[in-house]
Amino acid sequence: MFAATAVALAFLLLPIVAVFARVSPGTLVDQLSRPVVTDALVISLKTSAIAQTLVLVLGTPTAYLLATRRFRGRSLAVVLIELPLVLPPAVAGIGLIAAFGRLGLLGGTLSALGIQLGLTQTAVVIAVAYVASPFYVRQAIATFEAVDPNLVAAARTLGAGPVRTFFRVVLPLARRGLAAGEALSFARGLGEFGATIMFAGSLQGVTQTLPLAIYQQLDTDFTTALAVSALMVVVSGALLVALRVTLQWQPSKQTSRFLFAPSR
Amino acid sequence: MAALQADFTLPLRSFALELELDVSRTVALVGPSGAGKSSVLRVIAGLVEPQRGHVRLDGERWLDMERRVSLPPEQRRVGLVFQDYALFPHLTVRGNVAFGARGRDVDTLLERFRIGHLAATQPQELSGGERQRVALARALARDPAVLLLDEPLAALDAHTKAEVRHELAELLRELALPTLLVTHDYEDAAALADEIGVLVEGRLRQLGTPAELVSRPRDAFVASFTGANLLRGRARREDGSLTAIRLESGEDLYSADEVEGEVGVVVYPWEVSVARTHAPEADSALNVVRGRVGSLVEVANRVRVRVGPVTAEVTAASAERLELADGGIAFATFKATGTRLVPL
Repeated sequence: MFAATAVALAFLLLPIVAVFARVSPGTLVDQLSRPVVTDALVISLKTSAIAQTLVLVLGTPTAYLLATRRFRGRSLAVVLIELPLVLPPAVAGIGLIAAFGRLGLLGGTLSALGIQLGLTQTAVVIAVAYVASPFYVRQAIATFEAVDPNLVAAARTLGAGPVRTFFRVVLPLARRGLAAGEALSFARGLGEFGATIMFAGSLQGVTQTLPLAIYQQLDTDFTTALAVSALMVVVSGALLVALRVTLQWQPSKQTSRFLFAPSR
Repeated sequence: MAALQADFTLPLRSFALELELDVSRTVALVGPSGAGKSSVLRVIAGLVEPQRGHVRLDGERWLDMERRVSLPPEQRRVGLVFQDYALFPHLTVRGNVAFGARGRDVDTLLERFRIGHLAATQPQELSGGERQRVALARALARDPAVLLLDEPLAALDAHTKAEVRHELAELLRELALPTLLVTHDYEDAAALADEIGVLVEGRLRQLGTPAELVSRPRDAFVASFTGANLLRGRARREDGSLTAIRLESGEDLYSADEVEGEVGVVVYPWEVSVARTHAPEADSALNVVRGRVGSLVEVANRVRVRVGPVTAEVTAASAERLELADGGIAFATFKATGTRLVPL
């Protein structure tokens, strides 16, 4: 049993160690100042920020509705929300092209409006939001479901309308769970590769995000690819630690403790 | 004083809650759990919409299903105290009380409920009695016209309960608001309320003052719920004014009530005397049950003791004098005039 665990852990850790072991840390840091890297970093941060804002603004009310109301078609809605989770990224990419591409379902409408999505940062944002949103929305549903309905009822009888109740009671109690979901969604979005490269392409300085830069540098400059990878490992690791800390510091039992709680 | 009128039908899982109730003083709804008691409060507070009916406070129409009027909870002036108090865990005691206080003086309220020193404390750190006071202060801060209390004493341990019950009774008298409270404990209801309604499976079995429920229980359930002994038997009229009842156990009892057929014999524990010997010629009490002394339970300065099928309540001193703790045979006697008959 212990041996199996040791093998499993070693297997998980080895690629991470290898990223840092091939070349000296100094070389890695030097590589990070190359334009191909800084361009990708800026695009990654910018598209992630916009995509995550969309996920939060649209995902939070959606999750609250699904967590607190029972209506026909609710299960179907939950399945739809979770769909990108199991969809192969390549399929998501094809789907996005078929929907929003120049010859896609909405392509004609978008062209008529003068909107061209192919090879733009908007396309990156769409791909990232599509693939990363379920990580936030699922967690948000579970978190909202865990908020004691009596507290909501109490706020209402104390004179607070639905909006005030949401901001004064529900949101503060759900804060940690939502932050955890958002961290996961952000991490997933930052690493998005398949759907982005298909739908938005990999143009340096335009649509090339960090993972796409790694892929492109693989053929030309392996050290740079390693440097970008190292950067992403650090970011992901930091997110994971932040997530753990957030979830463990829970003074009340009102917010969800489980990260991957099934949303019914 | 303002009066709350409620008349509605609300289908619940296995029965429909059908209720017509006027509340001007303190009314307690009692009944077994699952009788729909809490749902009554939720309908009045606007948290649940009934199928039919209305809720009015004097001239104010809170709910009228026929006219499609249904004010949201925040527009009904109710102070609802939840069973587990439902204090906001992310707010301090002060934050909780201030939540619904529109311009009202929160500090005065905190002082009045002796929680001023806890103003900066989180609810999780409070004792049961303190939580209850915070919940009451929070509900009153909203300046309600009606007070609704859901099992206000159920979350307290036995030790705290007696004291809190006394305080709550005083508070309700002082406030003089129409108050509807629900409880599964008849003694709590009797201590707090002017009127008690017995709710079983969504229907009011009887509504009356505590004294009325005890002196004239309408049926066997009300009788046993108010703490009476309930014995089953068959009644037949005898010559004169008495009714004789043959119990299932074979004994004969007498009652001044005039009923025939299958009946429940109702007698309250405090109307039953216990003796070690019985001399019929020297006793005005007609009813005698001979039996083995069973369980003894101390209730404050009294002792509840089983003699055969009958529970009697005697003073602790009497229990000691009669050596009831040793068991053995004893006689439970009670007067025919204190023996009520109810249909089964």
